[in-house]
Amino acid sequence: MSFINYAQREINCKIVYYGPGLCGKTTNLQYIYNKTNPEAKGKMISLATETERTLFFDFLPLSLGEIRGFRTRFHLYTVPGQVFYDASRKLILKGVDGVVFVADSQIERMEANIESYENLRDNLQEQGYSLDKIPYVVQYNKRDLPNAAPITELEEVCNPKKVANFEAVATKGVGVFDTLKAVAKLVLTELKRGG
Amino acid sequence: MTNQLVMYEEELSQINDVCDQLHRDSNAKAVLVIDKNGQAIAAAGEVESLDVTSLSSLTAGNVAATGGIASLLAEKEFSGQFHEGERTNVHISIVAGRVILVVLFDTRSSLGLVRLRVKRASTELTRILDELVRKSQSNPSSAILAEITDDDIDNLFND
Repeated sequence: MSFINYAQREINCKIVYYGPGLCGKTTNLQYIYNKTNPEAKGKMISLATETERTLFFDFLPLSLGEIRGFRTRFHLYTVPGQVFYDASRKLILKGVDGVVFVADSQIERMEANIESYENLRDNLQEQGYSLDKIPYVVQYNKRDLPNAAPITELEEVCNPKKVANFEAVATKGVGVFDTLKAVAKLVLTELKRGG
Repeated sequence: MTNQLVMYEEELSQINDVCDQLHRDSNAKAVLVIDKNGQAIAAAGEVESLDVTSLSSLTAGNVAATGGIASLLAEKEFSGQFHEGERTNVHISIVAGRVILVVLFDTRSSLGLVRLRVKRASTELTRILDELVRKSQSNPSSAILAEITDDDIDNLFND
């Protein structure tokens, strides 16, 4: 749910990075945080376990600049990817404006990708959203690994709706900003359309 | 998308007034009003040293998690929370099912006083929020959003 603040001339939107455990959602946010000017970002918060697995969410507030005198601010969240944190994932999806589905390209993680994609679809539906309507993009992460599956194969299972997809190596920043820009653009376009 | 939250000058100023008064009446350190999705709406008191954005997001996460616990226990919601610290205490309540009212206070105040003042402020906030919903529903298409062009959006992403 976007928040249009006429009094402070701000447009606020929420983007959620979704995907199976260890696919690189937090790494995406960390890279964005490290490469963004201090004045355009707030503090990055990670609610993680002692072994640095996301427990509840990561949060990164970003300011992208002005449109017609309105500051556009995006709140980026990740969900915990591990299967048993489903209740937390549902909470984080509340009020979402755009979704990035981060798939793990490794062939061994194909099942986990499918499970997470179906979980995203179901949890969105539970909140009254639909993958047909909500702005979302797909990112195929870990493209540098030798066991990465071919894109065509990943597309078949992770992107049946054929939305925009991006190849990424989040640890090195490859594709990270392209993914963010694409989803932010979709969210603003949807807002403009009066979504 | 559903239930877009819109804030206008007039209502924000009224919400700020309620925060200021609650801050004074309850001897609080600071008062925050946060949207349930974690966006800060208004703040009063000693907020310069606070990271309001982070506090807002974490408080909303906390309220959401508590709401999740409530529904598991077949409760509608837990409308209030209190966190006791060594120097700062936090009183969190949900107002009109829509926003979160946070009061940070220390030994200059007490939980009883905060609870009492929050009650009055909540009534005021509910009235303002109801008016806000009515107003945004009667002006569903906002001019600024309709005026945005594809080029405006593209320009935002030009490096």
